[in-house]
Amino acid sequence: MDKLLEEKLWKFLMVASLAIVVGSLFIVISVIIWNGASALSISMITQTPKGGYYLGKEGGILNAIVGSLYLAFGSIILALAISLPAALALQKDYIGRTRLAYYIRLSLDILWGTPSIVYGAFGFIVMLYFGMRASLLGGIIVLAVLELPIMIRSMEEVLKMVPGELKEASYTLGATRFETTSGVVVRQALPGIITAVILAFGRGIGDAASVLFTAGYTDSLPGSLFDPVASLPLAVFFQLGTPFPQVQQRAYASALILLIIVLALSIASRYLSRKFTKNIIR
Amino acid sequence: MNGFWFYLNPIFFILIKNLKLMFSRKFKDIVAGRLMLTAAIFSCTLVLIIAIVLFFRSWPILEVKSLGDLLLGNTWMPFQGEFGFFPFIMGTLYVTLIAMAIAVPLSILSAVYLAEYAHENVRTKVLPVIDLLAGIPPVVYGVWGVLAVVPFIAYIAPAVGNIGIPFFGSMGYTTGYSLLAGGIVLAIMVFPIIISISEQVLRAVPSEIREASISLGATRWQTIKHAVIRIAYPGIAAAIILGFSRAIGETMAVLMVVGNVPNIPSSVFDSAYPLTALIANNYGEMMSIPLYDSALLLAALILMLVILFFTIAARLILINIERRMSYG
Repeated sequence: MDKLLEEKLWKFLMVASLAIVVGSLFIVISVIIWNGASALSISMITQTPKGGYYLGKEGGILNAIVGSLYLAFGSIILALAISLPAALALQKDYIGRTRLAYYIRLSLDILWGTPSIVYGAFGFIVMLYFGMRASLLGGIIVLAVLELPIMIRSMEEVLKMVPGELKEASYTLGATRFETTSGVVVRQALPGIITAVILAFGRGIGDAASVLFTAGYTDSLPGSLFDPVASLPLAVFFQLGTPFPQVQQRAYASALILLIIVLALSIASRYLSRKFTKNIIR
Repeated sequence: MNGFWFYLNPIFFILIKNLKLMFSRKFKDIVAGRLMLTAAIFSCTLVLIIAIVLFFRSWPILEVKSLGDLLLGNTWMPFQGEFGFFPFIMGTLYVTLIAMAIAVPLSILSAVYLAEYAHENVRTKVLPVIDLLAGIPPVVYGVWGVLAVVPFIAYIAPAVGNIGIPFFGSMGYTTGYSLLAGGIVLAIMVFPIIISISEQVLRAVPSEIREASISLGATRWQTIKHAVIRIAYPGIAAAIILGFSRAIGETMAVLMVVGNVPNIPSSVFDSAYPLTALIANNYGEMMSIPLYDSALLLAALILMLVILFFTIAARLILINIERRMSYG
């Protein structure tokens, strides 16, 4: 074949496949908006399900929205408390270059790939062992485990980008490793850390399989850490499973609410990571 | 009395000195270092803990039945004590293979375009959009599948089924909840993983190699085909493996569109029942049936071991590349 013709053919194929990939994103979003918007109403987001809600009567999914936010915030705080120190320990000032760090990174990668349904089943066994039932606390812990590898690995990448000269300047002034880490490295990496947190938050709020057994489902707002709690992805799933078209419509609306939350987070992370650059030295 | 305190004096002296040290910066540094190390080690032991717990909980069924019977058995009747995973394993395998057959060519061509042809402006606009695709929750993809993909397949299945392409046959009526629907939804979910990793790998290929090829009169495509891809292919393989492991473990989106009928599918328009859907649909409910929960946990263990194997493979490939790139 003529080499210029071949060039044109392949270039066409590439542009076409990129168009399919980007196009599929717009199709997904527009199908959800198209179907969800018509069923979306104020009462959907301000009321909890009333009697007969799953048969098509009055009510909304406030329980799921509030439950999902509790789950996501709780788990992100728990995960941050473990993942930030862990990511800092993986710097090359600490154990970053040792054999141990290699195995830690490897096992984190395996955790990252582990299906969330496996976390859900594992969490359920552990909760049975401790005599707990499905609860907000159980959901928070399982989601935190799910978010850990994502946060540690992405924070670590950000911490790697902090210029070595900055650390050296701090050490030269007599600062200890911890003072350098907390005063210089964390501040310099703050925008990236926030992006990592928001990324994990989005993953946590959207995950259904892991909270299926561990957080349960309820029609009321969560009262304590030991009550079962509803979540948005499960609300979508259960409403879609009913045979009533009216309730299925609400599942589309719930999916739209979830999509809006996730997209807003994603855009916020891009905006925030630009904004939190006050302490950054370039 | 006086004498007693006199003898204790040195001890107090040492204590106070230690207290001063305790609150000193050095001490803080050591404690913080230990805590960080503990956090890091704790998070990596989770893999071991999960694997060990799953293994011990699935041990009861492994004691009664041989692994071969479980993996290759065709009948799934928990009430009669029959636990054959074969239909579910095939369901997982087929859905994942269909997804990869769709996703791999599209994502790699897109990645090559973004890395080699696209203008800086296009790349910085398209990559964030693809990242956005990665952030959409599985359930939303599932709803999309139910709304758009399933009806589409129900519409085309009778027409395509009559042409007589192997693996594309259909027995008259189909609901649309099928392997193909699961494959399409999964494919879109793994696009971002494959594209973003292979784009990075392609961009890491030194530009001297391209320049050398182009200066010999090769077109850009010939350069890519003969030089760039040759160097980047292990990295692209790693990207595909990572996408594959994501697809194998995906639960909710697949569960919603794949039909959940436990038989071995013979056509892409047939329903299937992947392992992940099996766990999600049944676990936590029927705990009274003997061996049922250890059978389901065995399924979870199998999934985890597959992921472990793929992750280590991808990792070894990527490390090899890093070494080659850094030593020239």
